[in-house]
Amino acid sequence: MIDRIHEAVRARGESEGDGDARTDGGTATVADDDAGSFFGSVSRDFLGSLPFWLPPFALMGFFVYGAIGWNFALSLVNVQQFNQPNYSQLDFDQYLRAFGDPSFISAAQNTAVLLVAFTLACLVVGLLVAILVDRHVRFENTFRTIYLLPMSLSFVVTAQFWLWLYNFDNGLVNVVTQALGLGRYKWISNPELALGAVVFALIWQFSGYAMVVYLAGLRAIPDEHYEAARVDGASTLKMYWRVIVPQLKGATISASVVLMVFALKAFDFLYALAGGFFPPKGTDILSTMMVRQAFSAGNRSYAAAIGIMLFLLAIAIVAPYLTYQYRRGEL
Amino acid sequence: MNTSDLDGRRVGLYAVLFGLVAFYLLPLEIGLVTSLKTDPLASLPFAPPAAGSFTLEEWGRAFTALKSGLVNSLLLAVPATILSAGLGSMAAYGLTTLQWRGQVGVFTLFIAGIFIPYQAVLLPVSRFWATYAPLEEWLAVLWLLPGLEAYHGELLSLIITHVAYGIPICTLLFRTYYKELSGEMVEAAKLDGATAYTIYRRVILPLSVPMFAVTLIYQFTQIWNDLLFALVIMGPGDGAPVTVGLTNIGSSLTNLGFGVKMAGAFIAALPTMVVYVLFGEQFAEGVAS
Repeated sequence: MIDRIHEAVRARGESEGDGDARTDGGTATVADDDAGSFFGSVSRDFLGSLPFWLPPFALMGFFVYGAIGWNFALSLVNVQQFNQPNYSQLDFDQYLRAFGDPSFISAAQNTAVLLVAFTLACLVVGLLVAILVDRHVRFENTFRTIYLLPMSLSFVVTAQFWLWLYNFDNGLVNVVTQALGLGRYKWISNPELALGAVVFALIWQFSGYAMVVYLAGLRAIPDEHYEAARVDGASTLKMYWRVIVPQLKGATISASVVLMVFALKAFDFLYALAGGFFPPKGTDILSTMMVRQAFSAGNRSYAAAIGIMLFLLAIAIVAPYLTYQYRRGEL
Repeated sequence: MNTSDLDGRRVGLYAVLFGLVAFYLLPLEIGLVTSLKTDPLASLPFAPPAAGSFTLEEWGRAFTALKSGLVNSLLLAVPATILSAGLGSMAAYGLTTLQWRGQVGVFTLFIAGIFIPYQAVLLPVSRFWATYAPLEEWLAVLWLLPGLEAYHGELLSLIITHVAYGIPICTLLFRTYYKELSGEMVEAAKLDGATAYTIYRRVILPLSVPMFAVTLIYQFTQIWNDLLFALVIMGPGDGAPVTVGLTNIGSSLTNLGFGVKMAGAFIAALPTMVVYVLFGEQFAEGVAS
């Protein structure tokens, strides 16, 4: 940590040559030379800014980057239960073990299904609802508030509601399917249905979020674009598909990144659904598997390796997004 | 397009919008009526309790079971929310209003922190609090004071953990806001010879009030709703927040105890629901950015 800061300071000092002409923001009484004598010629604005961002950065950096590094080290050894890790022997055995482990493979598959199905469905539902809400309806704010309400609830709370909705004997879902003549199903305990049932419940909880993001995107499109399309005689459907949807690229990208990150965090929902470390059969995802291996089975290094793989997955999703934001100057 | 056609469309539009209201609210309505029934299996799930089968007993049972969890959640969420918002505002100020080269790099490290899956840090974090920083032991003398118990040490670890992982999103929210603030007042204050600290306290903080509302509401909801850290750092002990208590209410895959489960779900969700109903606008703004 400290090394990184020194490095940053040094890098800063070296690149100072063409210095910017900004006036001083911090210690106005200290002369430029004074500040420079210790750190090279670091600008006083940089020094003045340190007390503000460095403490939060140190706290966050320790818990985020420090912990990830520690976790990576843990994944390179083989430590069970509460034994002390032996860091003299490092290898990638835990990662190899994962790829030979059928329960890891199926958890990875479930994670992929959850990520893709949940994200796509939320985007589609969110976009459609946003278009409806955007058509100058009355009580627009009330509708929006109601659609977003489930997102303010805890995963633990919504899991209780959905357990009851999916109940075999008297849950709403079975009452509806039976009324439609489709019969009743064990939505949660049938491994073939469980993942779909979970995805549906999560769509209920988070499609409102996609709606809010799309609504902001729709509001940013100038009215003339709608007008121009209408003058050209485009039908409503065509207008949205050709003119409006392409302009929502930014909203789509940021909404999908956040939704995928939510999906990776679906642990709380699955834990609450089952009331323990073993989620319903057919819904085990990498986040639940990691916690079970770490805190129930005691395979700490294996769990650490799964954690690192989840981290890499998140990086693969987020890095292109951050690059995109950076290029657009929005960071 | 004649008027009746237009009216037909409008009616259809509102029908769909009200249908969606039903879709999003029905699970809550069902939960509420179920919590008030003596036998949830005896009538249709969404029907209100019949005259003879109305009971508040499940609410009483759920409240007794969750009472200490509610207190713990409050002790956890309020300080953690305030601290993470305050630190986020400071960091954003140091990385936005005070300008220096390379700040985008540091800021990117903050942002990446928003997206990390907590599974990648759980083992070190739980180990850190259990072995390397056992606040419960270190502060042992404090627990002799009236009103303080040993498990408050665990709550303190949980508060620090939530603050650390909350800083990135708070920093992002404040930075977006500070970028749009006019630089004129800051420049004027600088010309007057104001220090970075004075500018922050006199110029930036007063202007930050609307953003503090957004951030505090968002963070409070996040921290109140969290299960994972609470489960891993403290387990189901005396200090467990309400989300942990709720997972232990009723039994999961049987028909028993749905009344108490639903009542418990509402009790656990009540604070965030109240905050949401009062400050829905700010919550929407928080999640949208």
